[in-house]
Amino acid sequence: MAQTTLDFSPAKTTWMDRVQYYAPTLLIAVCVIGAWEILVRVLNIQQFLLPRPSAILRELMGEIALAVNGQSILFEAVGATAWSAVGGFTVGSLLGIVIALVTARWTVVSEALMPFAIAANSVPIIAFAPIMNNWFGLTNPASKIAIVSIIVFFPVMINTVRGLTLVDPMQLELMHSYAARPFKILFALRIPNTLPYVFSALRVTSSLSVIGAVVGEFFGGPRATLGVFITQEASGFNFARAWAAIIMAALIGISFYLLVLFAERRIMPWHSSLREPA
Amino acid sequence: MAAQTAVISAKNLYKVFNATASEAVTALQNVTLDIHAGEFISLIGPSGCGKSTLLRLIADLTTASQGDLTVNGKTPHQARLDRDYGMVFQAATLYDWRSVLHNVQLPLEIMGYSRKDRDSRAREMLDLVELGKFANHYPWQLSGGMQQRVSIARALAFEPSILLMDEPFGALDEFTRERMNMELLRIWERTKITLVFVTHSISEAVFLSSRIVVMSPRPGRITQIIENDLPYPRVFETRETPQFFEKITTVRELLREAHEAL
Repeated sequence: MAQTTLDFSPAKTTWMDRVQYYAPTLLIAVCVIGAWEILVRVLNIQQFLLPRPSAILRELMGEIALAVNGQSILFEAVGATAWSAVGGFTVGSLLGIVIALVTARWTVVSEALMPFAIAANSVPIIAFAPIMNNWFGLTNPASKIAIVSIIVFFPVMINTVRGLTLVDPMQLELMHSYAARPFKILFALRIPNTLPYVFSALRVTSSLSVIGAVVGEFFGGPRATLGVFITQEASGFNFARAWAAIIMAALIGISFYLLVLFAERRIMPWHSSLREPA
Repeated sequence: MAAQTAVISAKNLYKVFNATASEAVTALQNVTLDIHAGEFISLIGPSGCGKSTLLRLIADLTTASQGDLTVNGKTPHQARLDRDYGMVFQAATLYDWRSVLHNVQLPLEIMGYSRKDRDSRAREMLDLVELGKFANHYPWQLSGGMQQRVSIARALAFEPSILLMDEPFGALDEFTRERMNMELLRIWERTKITLVFVTHSISEAVFLSSRIVVMSPRPGRITQIIENDLPYPRVFETRETPQFFEKITTVRELLREAHEAL
């Protein structure tokens, strides 16, 4: 048959393709940072309003030099905050998925719970941060993990319930025509159907978890956490150091997000949003 | 014919939706039909004539309001539990996360076939629909016609004695549809399966089936059952014979009469 000549192997991306793909993005970054440096110098902007990128870079390089001997508070703070974010993300999303699986089993329960979950999801949960600090102790990482878990929990749970219940009726009838047991329908149909929903929640909550950890630390915590580091350096007028910490927080958020994207690609390469061009 | 026992037997079958409400809809009224082993039956009629409802009653995806229906001498429910039929829907309903081979293996997995049997049976079925080379592809890499062939392979994989098809080629273009019709006839002749085929295409019904059940809407009912004596095997040229056009005209007239009687 004629179709056998069709080639479905993924398109080959060469080194040059990649350069061409990322070049505009890199160019914009270089332009923005360059303009920032020049404007601050030309307009003689005070360093406490906006430090020069070169000053922030100098702070970062200094901390990296210290980090070699394990004396950098900034990098210790990066580790502590990343740990709170990852810990809270893991606990929150696992709880969200498990509770969704349990409640979706009994439609009545999940339908009764969903309005509350959706309401809770639109509450600024970060406002609970001082309460969590009070419950678990200001310097105990558990207080930050708790607040991140709560932030992550609701979107993950809501999306998992959606994925488990919004199944194409024809797909369900196919399963019924085979007289498949509910257990088999769950594993062969409902759970794979849920993956895209879960991952869209995980993408959002990966960034939210870093925000949650840093803001939780604004309300107090050990010296070596990004939230505390930023507030202390800012109040001491060391704005270049505060900015260096902000950049590290951004890097944690971005790498975390990329990690989730990577997992998504590995776990569901079949999904329409991730397919290689045929 | 009459002495032969029916594979599917409907007697005075009724299906009413919203029976208690004032806007009750009679989807099927007093349907009586015997389908025998190895027949290729087409159910044809305009939308709302109950052809899909009748198919879904046979498949036990919905239940009759009144009347008797047996499938392989059992209730439709028991026949479904015994996996007596394979079903092909309007859409291919393949699972995106499974390769073509694993999609065909799905029913075998559910029915507890061994790993070895699953693999050999699925490959055999893919060869039957001439997609053996595409076993490791994913559904989205196939055209609509190829996807529907995979779903036919999947429906036949566990060797059911009945194949139920609900407008399976409705979404395909005319050329693909004609090729799929040839393919389906070849499969039917090879497997000797009993086939119930829902369609709204007159030429498709005439080209494929051994008997055509013409239905009309409001309330859904059987207008007439036509014996289709066009000789098998039917080939591309069959569509160009005067007998073919005669049959088409007969069916078209019946459908129009039913429409005008409304």
